[in-house]
Amino acid sequence: MAFKNYILVCAGTACESSKGVALYEALEKELKAQGVETEAQLVKTGCFGFCEQGPIVKILPDESFYVKVGPEHAKQIVAEHIIKGRQVKELLYDKNQASGTSSANIDFYQKQQRIVLRNCGVINPEYIDEYIARDGYAALEKVIFDMTPDQVIQELKDAGLRGRGGAGFPTGMKWSFTKDAPGDQKYVVCNADEGDPGAYMDRSTCEGDPHSVLEAMTIAGHTVGANQGFIYIRAEYPLAIERLENAIAQAREYGLLGENILGSDFSFDIELRLGAGAFVCGEETALLASIEGKRGMPIPRPPFPAVKGLWGKPTVINNVETWANIPMIILKGSKWFNSIGTETSKGTKVFALTGKINNSGLIEVPMGTTLREIIYDIGGGIKGGKKFKAAQTGGPSGGVITADYLDTPIDYESLMSIGSMMGSGGMIVMDEDDCMIDVTKFYLEFTVDESCGKCAPCRIGGRTNYNILDKISKGQGEMEDLDKLKELAQAMRKASLCGLGQTAPNPIMSTINYFEEEYLEHINDKKCRAGKCKDLMSYTIDAEKCIGCTACARVCPVGCISGEVKSPHIIDQEQCIKCGQCFEKCKFDAILKG
Amino acid sequence: MAKMTLDELRSLRDSKKKEMTQRDGDKNAQIVIGMGTCGIAAGAKEAFDAFLDELEKHNVNDTRITQTGCMGLCFSEPTVEVAVPGMPRVIYGNVDPDVARRIVNEHIIGKSLVSDHIFDKPAQDIIDGGLNNHGI
Ligand SMILES: Cc1cc2nc3c(=O)[nH]c(=O)nc-3n(C[C@H](O)[C@H](O)[C@H](O)COP(=O)(O)O)c2cc1C
Ligand code: SF4
Ligand code: SF4
Ligand code: SF4
Ligand code: FES
Ligand code: FES
Repeated sequence: MAFKNYILVCAGTACESSKGVALYEALEKELKAQGVETEAQLVKTGCFGFCEQGPIVKILPDESFYVKVGPEHAKQIVAEHIIKGRQVKELLYDKNQASGTSSANIDFYQKQQRIVLRNCGVINPEYIDEYIARDGYAALEKVIFDMTPDQVIQELKDAGLRGRGGAGFPTGMKWSFTKDAPGDQKYVVCNADEGDPGAYMDRSTCEGDPHSVLEAMTIAGHTVGANQGFIYIRAEYPLAIERLENAIAQAREYGLLGENILGSDFSFDIELRLGAGAFVCGEETALLASIEGKRGMPIPRPPFPAVKGLWGKPTVINNVETWANIPMIILKGSKWFNSIGTETSKGTKVFALTGKINNSGLIEVPMGTTLREIIYDIGGGIKGGKKFKAAQTGGPSGGVITADYLDTPIDYESLMSIGSMMGSGGMIVMDEDDCMIDVTKFYLEFTVDESCGKCAPCRIGGRTNYNILDKISKGQGEMEDLDKLKELAQAMRKASLCGLGQTAPNPIMSTINYFEEEYLEHINDKKCRAGKCKDLMSYTIDAEKCIGCTACARVCPVGCISGEVKSPHIIDQEQCIKCGQCFEKCKFDAILKG
Repeated sequence: MAKMTLDELRSLRDSKKKEMTQRDGDKNAQIVIGMGTCGIAAGAKEAFDAFLDELEKHNVNDTRITQTGCMGLCFSEPTVEVAVPGMPRVIYGNVDPDVARRIVNEHIIGKSLVSDHIFDKPAQDIIDGGLNNHGI
């Protein structure tokens, strides 16, 4: 039976954790209470991408897009929208929009193109039928019954699909290595480790559209001749794990996984393997070791996993986002995919847009979209009207893109050429209040913590570089430190065993390259212009502006501000702990930071 | 459900697709039913069900049905606006379930107007006037 309305409630992690579950239950209760449970269908979906505005509720067919919805709004939504067909205007994203409330009209979605996220926010990820209704498993059908493995590989090669896990290696080529490698037993692995700070693309895809990953892995199984797949996912992603497990169970029940899939002689199954959330376990050889039950430490390549992988057998390993592209390429063809993107980078890329940006969230754009479009058109510009300083892409392996490069089309090669990286898709936007030395220190601290310690360049080089950065940020840096940083960076790049150590210096090189003057200021002038490096800044009171309201003195946790009522106050620099509370409190801009 | 064969998967897909078409965004034709208080009292819900049913019966899935509030035409309720690309937008009055079925067959499928129930073309000011809570 068709329904009059469909109420899509986001059940992604961001929305669920901000009252999403209670909201779903409240809507369910209200539909019953108001006697319309047969008129509207409640659908739990994956992330809509616009997490900043969550919890999100979308009502079909008129596509009303409600934001920041709470359980307390359930009654009104049912009474007004479902029963009377009147939109609840206060909840619409754009309250002033006279007509056309659909998400298609929302600026955030304008320049996006959703291939990987095609089903996220559209279907209920917990029902396989909804995936099937959206042409789910049709690509698998085609691969099993109408295509030869070589044709599948050729299609991927023609499509120009490259790995989305960071390095951008051509997927079709990877598959053909495994297919051609000798051996009866082969494996298919999904890398859902997603260790980059600030990134959550893979988590959202597993949560919002788990079957697209399962279908793609099964396609790979058929293509390379494997009968077993593993999804390696970090234990910190409980919702994604739950949805994947549920999806695997449903696919098995339907015979889309298991013996003799769809009555053919092809058999394939998938199991989950939980990781403990170590960044280095995302590196493919470490990941495979971890699945084998060993400690997750990288080993030298070649041989590559494609030839000698899990338990020494040929193994295809791809990233979640790479997988999610595959059913669409098989269904719509390489020409279609090929027409999206740039010369060297085809298709779309999903980014987790975070930091000092108005519309943070999950976005998917065609390759070649410029940073300016992402930040201003989709992201709605910098928070608080501040100035854009840089965007960090590629996480701990990447670097910064500065304002000069806002118009660079985003693809693998152009990001490389400006010293950054596509990486897996974290994109952190920074404004004038961010200190580049501080940011770099953050990434170094991360890689030092996450280094497996196996090789000296990474273990010792990373720590030494971190210490130098720390010194600079404390105002104890010397000019020769810059050279030391660069030298060590070179050594780490050349001599580290795995990608972690090889790329760990990237944030340093990139920030020295674009923000050298900031390093020089820290070293020579003992100054941090952003006011982030505590040791290089102080709070002082401008006697001209201070009216003696005492607000700052009352808020100071260490009681180091003194002064008579109605006369200028002063801060005892010796005692000040630079917490900044007085700065926040003063209504007269009398407290100076710098 | 037991393990599926290829044919079973295909027919499951077809039937689920039909169920989900209402949820798809890209539709050609549009039917908007006034569901204000008086609309509901006059039987707009029954008309709505008849539309859904008739469209489903004829496998029409490029038409979207939405409800709206008061269209300001309380005296001819239930009122229904129909927009088919390439045809003038029309408002039908006194749409009972039978008329609803005729609209699907004659207007949506047959591309000819159900003349005896045309109420009016909406006045221009209703179209432009930002009566976004009240119809259209
Ligand atoms: C330190 C390190 C961490 C990595 N983390 C991830 C990760 O979290 N997810 C991922 O898909 N790939 C990660 N990679 C890349 C993988 O080693 C591998 O290249 C990728 O999974 C291949 O899939 P793709 O071809 O689909 O990109 C990491 C690499 C390194 C060196
Ligand atoms: S480079 Fe670092 S993380 Fe990689 S193997 Fe060496 S010590 Fe371990
Ligand atoms: S809050 Fe500002 S104006 Fe008030 S005493 Fe402190 S510095 Fe002076
Ligand atoms: S920065 Fe903190 S500790 Fe220092 S004077 Fe202001 S309130 Fe006191
Ligand atoms: S989790 Fe709901 S919009 Fe992202
Ligand atoms: S309430 Fe139905 S037209 Fe006014």
